[in-house]
Amino acid sequence: MKSIDQRLFLSCIFLCCLVNPSYAQQGQTDPLNSPMWEDMHRSLLGGTSVVFDDRVQVLAPVDAEDSMNVPVLVDASALGEVSKIVVFAELNPIHKVLELEPLHAKPIIGFRIKVQQATPVRAAALAGDGRWHVGGRIVDAAGGGCTLPSIGSENSDWASRMGEVAGRLWSNQDSTRLRMRVMHPMDTGLVPGIPAFYIDHLEFHDANGEILSRLFLHEPVSENPVLTLDLPRRDSVTVVGTDNNGNPVKARFLTGMNEAEK
Amino acid sequence: MSPLRIAIILYCLCFLTPAWGAKEYGLKPIEIAPGTYVLLGKNEHFNFSNGGNIVNIGFIVTDDGVVVIDSGPSRFYGEQLRAAIGRLTDRPILKLFNTHLHPDHILGNQAFEDIPIAALPGTIEGIREQGELFNDSMYRLAGAWMAGTRVVVPNETVKPGIVEIGGRRLELIEVDGHSHADLVVLDQTTGVLFAADVVFHGRTPTTPHADVGDWLQALDTIAELDFKLLVPGHGRVVTDSGAIAQTRNYLQWLTTRLNKAAEQGMSMAEVLQPDAPPSIEELAVFLEEYQRSVVHLFPEIEAKVLDRGRVVQE
Repeated sequence: MKSIDQRLFLSCIFLCCLVNPSYAQQGQTDPLNSPMWEDMHRSLLGGTSVVFDDRVQVLAPVDAEDSMNVPVLVDASALGEVSKIVVFAELNPIHKVLELEPLHAKPIIGFRIKVQQATPVRAAALAGDGRWHVGGRIVDAAGGGCTLPSIGSENSDWASRMGEVAGRLWSNQDSTRLRMRVMHPMDTGLVPGIPAFYIDHLEFHDANGEILSRLFLHEPVSENPVLTLDLPRRDSVTVVGTDNNGNPVKARFLTGMNEAEK
Repeated sequence: MSPLRIAIILYCLCFLTPAWGAKEYGLKPIEIAPGTYVLLGKNEHFNFSNGGNIVNIGFIVTDDGVVVIDSGPSRFYGEQLRAAIGRLTDRPILKLFNTHLHPDHILGNQAFEDIPIAALPGTIEGIREQGELFNDSMYRLAGAWMAGTRVVVPNETVKPGIVEIGGRRLELIEVDGHSHADLVVLDQTTGVLFAADVVFHGRTPTTPHADVGDWLQALDTIAELDFKLLVPGHGRVVTDSGAIAQTRNYLQWLTTRLNKAAEQGMSMAEVLQPDAPPSIEELAVFLEEYQRSVVHLFPEIEAKVLDRGRVVQE
């Protein structure tokens, strides 16, 4: 006799076959077989020409151990010239995660997101050919053994530290990696009585005021965002931005370490 | 009838097949020393096939009655554990110890509600605060095996030291590091050491509540104990300190790896891909547990690195 688990598995596959008409209209089948893909394509990518492309790498865990902090890194540098990257989590109540205009930076962005349930996490990169190149993977939010759902921030002093920036530059011959953290609650607005409150844009400048890269954030980005960008090589980088209530974020990063403070 | 309709009926039937009634773990106590038994779990993750039975449970049949060490991942497990004990001895069950708060060690408590359930204060607090979250999570991971399981908080506080029960001298030792409070039980009469999850053997250690520095100290403490047999929380029983060394080796590799990655400016998602020697990679469920540990431990390590950067707030 088959175990119930095998049976469930087979019946799930069977169900998928029943409810899943082909997505052949775009000439390509969604490799993640997502029920939301058509909607995402229309609402976030304007229904324009797309191609599923493994060169748009989305690094993320198979399983969201902490659903408040799922680490993600999008790397579209294999495409060459990229003018925009849009990241979305399709089965989240709020889909859009962020949008990067790399400008002079590499089309790479690292961050963490909140997920409500198992969901495709997808990145669409607008390449030189005028088409969206889409990569992604499914992140299961079932957790693992001994999993404890996150209780959220335990910081009682978040208001006094809001907007506080920490970060560091790592330079090699042609580029400078910036890793930074901003203290911010990044409230989604989905918790009763707590309105949406999140950093919505950041710009990265060099010492001469040249804009190196531009980033638009949305509600699903995790609390106290930790961001990774690969900028052109600079000894100093300034980040300037605001949250959706107009509170400013501004800080300048310098090469080297602040050992005196430690 | 249309083929689609038949298909839908067939599909519905899949859900109606019998799965109800107790799930059988097939527990087989193994006698490792006089009157001392262990039930060995699988070196896997919780899943729908193993029903959460990934853990080692022990019991000691003393002259006066039975002392049980941990109760397993579910009500069914607890009940079947009690039945398995009952098949070996008529003596009463005197006491159940919970070594720490994690669900695979405590969710069988329900079957022992009528006897004293003892744990360290930190464990009792942890189970009170997080037990229900664990239980929900286990339902999601092990499904029907968890039917009817609820959290039973220990009702007796363990005071570290030596207790004599039915002619056995049991040394109760408090350490921490795997969780906030880890109880280790050394039966001085037989030399069997129940190391609980302070020691993993052949299986990757888990870190959801870990403090690796404290854990390494706990391993040093355990290594000095005079034991003949060591029962790890997960993995095979050993006669030497091999499992202790293996656990230490993994934890050291893990912290070195995460610290180095943070210092090099790697982002958390980049760290998910491990770079491990064969002695680490061959541990059961390595990739899954490693990736979970990145999520547990990397943010704090990374924060320290970022805090050392030169930043001018403007």
